[in-house]
Amino acid sequence: MSILVGSGSKVIVQGFTGKEGTFHAQQCIEYGTNIVGGVTPGKGGEHHLDRKVFNTVKDAVAETGADVSLIFVPPSSGGEAIIEAAYAGIKIIVCITEGIPVLDVLKAKKYAEMKGARLIGPNCPGIITPEEAKIGIMPGNIFRKGRVGLISKSGTLTYEAANQIVKAGFGISTAIGIGGDQIIGTTFIDALKLFKEDDKTKAVVLIGEIGGDLEIQAAEYIKKEFNKPVMAFIAGQTAPKGKRMGHAGAIIASSKGTAEEKIKALRNAGVAVCDIPECFGELLKKEFEGIA
Amino acid sequence: MKIHEYQAKELFVRYGIPVPPGKMTDNPEQASEAAKSIGGGIWAVKAQIHAGGRGKGGGVRLAKSLTEVNEHAKAILGMNLVTAQTGPEGQPVRKIYIEGGVDIAREFYLGMILDRSAEMPVMMLSSEGGMEIEKVAAESPEKIIKIYVDPLFGLKKFQILEAGYKLGLHKDDIKELYVFAKGLYDLYTGLDASIVEINPLVLTKEGRFIALDAKIVFDDNALFRHNEVVEMRDFSEEEPAETEAGKYGLSYVKLDGNVGCMVNGAGLAMTTMDVIKLVGGEPANFLDVGGNASAKTVAKGFEIILNDPNVKVIFVNIFGGIVRCDRIANGILEAIGGTGINIPIIVRLDGTNAPEALEILKKAGNPNIITSDRLSAGAKLAVQVAAGGEK
Repeated sequence: MSILVGSGSKVIVQGFTGKEGTFHAQQCIEYGTNIVGGVTPGKGGEHHLDRKVFNTVKDAVAETGADVSLIFVPPSSGGEAIIEAAYAGIKIIVCITEGIPVLDVLKAKKYAEMKGARLIGPNCPGIITPEEAKIGIMPGNIFRKGRVGLISKSGTLTYEAANQIVKAGFGISTAIGIGGDQIIGTTFIDALKLFKEDDKTKAVVLIGEIGGDLEIQAAEYIKKEFNKPVMAFIAGQTAPKGKRMGHAGAIIASSKGTAEEKIKALRNAGVAVCDIPECFGELLKKEFEGIA
Repeated sequence: MKIHEYQAKELFVRYGIPVPPGKMTDNPEQASEAAKSIGGGIWAVKAQIHAGGRGKGGGVRLAKSLTEVNEHAKAILGMNLVTAQTGPEGQPVRKIYIEGGVDIAREFYLGMILDRSAEMPVMMLSSEGGMEIEKVAAESPEKIIKIYVDPLFGLKKFQILEAGYKLGLHKDDIKELYVFAKGLYDLYTGLDASIVEINPLVLTKEGRFIALDAKIVFDDNALFRHNEVVEMRDFSEEEPAETEAGKYGLSYVKLDGNVGCMVNGAGLAMTTMDVIKLVGGEPANFLDVGGNASAKTVAKGFEIILNDPNVKVIFVNIFGGIVRCDRIANGILEAIGGTGINIPIIVRLDGTNAPEALEILKKAGNPNIITSDRLSAGAKLAVQVAAGGEK
């Protein structure tokens, strides 16, 4: 078991024939992801990476029955690509594109919600259910199948954490990169709710950073309703106020969104928060001693 | 991206938001001429810098004669203005804005930002004009009226009516306020602003709303569709190293420590700073060279870090994924070769092909390169070296 995606997922790639789309679609196919086609307007009817290219998402869905879309379009058309996917009936929209105007994301997210579609990202590494489906840009070789759920705002920190978890002898049920933008489709709480219902996920590792209050909302949810052990790391304890730290959403605005307040809220909710990502292996060993 | 007050007011005018008459100049000799053409008997001489709190720092002064305008212009232009937002080093004033006086009946605060928790833009209106809004929010949050605007439907008239009655405004004034607020919302969405702030917004004795101050910050991601905004960018107000890094797709933030950091990925870059601090050191910077670190971006990264004279050691922390560590190691060697770095570099590589990569670096035989395969161990080493300890 896993959440959201697995070996049954039928995936199309929007921005299929572009440089990024081609490279990462190829990597996903090699990993074993069921990529059933792609979309590039104007190239409908052609073949790319041994898969059919369609002009629109609607055409692609009609012919392939795709239920997941992986988006690699330029930021100027990112919002529209999400809307098109939702309009065409895609249920899980994974948007890798970085740099989409926030108002576009806001509207696209609302539209996707209206259509009953789930957006993951944007500005994220995607989602992976190890040894089943890699729908994103993460290095698949780092991940092993297992029972730890991983939710992260950051790309390389996701890989770092996955590496630590695997080195310590554990595996991952599903890892979701939720993205570092100000507005993101799937939040920590959304992912936690899914992991709560997943029998195979026995513990969750949560990786947050400065900016916004999603981690604090997650802490409140964990305290009230989440019944599995949670470990966390929050990046940006030394980040100066008012400066954007790479991610569009990683900014401490007028003293709000600091690492300290997030760590405090999580600890208060019984979450084991560590100072360095290297600790996840040790923490998991402790956590699983009784269970395994 | 930030712009100056005078530029924000130009944009206000385009969206039908009333502002007092004013003129920008960078020449003190032209100040009284500007005031004369504006007319009236009272003027404000305002420093134009990309930071708030100008009044308290002496960057906004009232003049009751043309001679006084001249005096203030001379005093403010060229001064190093220190405000709560500039930091102790201050910001030199290169431009001033001369503005005509306004007969104030009441002062308000009006602002619009994105509320990340509510996932909606929110307009904030308060009777506490001229006060720091963060302070009002902390001390008397009930004095801030929040108007959430669904981006799919836009700002509705009844929302402003509701707010206007709450503020005890006359119905004619509320009508005026709606026109004003609508202009502000149209500007916010039309130009992809991330912050628009008017503090104070004044109601004049004649019953007109006027924006006495103006602040706009734009969503950098949306600048591609607003050339008129991009043209307003004032590079002299920005940290040159940050601008330079941006040109190469790197994101850099200068800090005060002596351990230079070069990392792939924003989250890992922040973590690297945190770990350096945790083991007793001080990071000199945040630097994200992007998910796909290449020889070219790494070389540019070294160059930017080395421009900071405080840097005693560079800690390179890269997690290799699809771009394998061995390729990154070769890239690092190539970059070091090209830049002629002569300070110690601690390289921590982990991920795909990490052992091979560390072997490549060792074999290169450069005494300045010290390798590590763990983040905390690498950070400790870097901090020791920066403190003058053993390599």
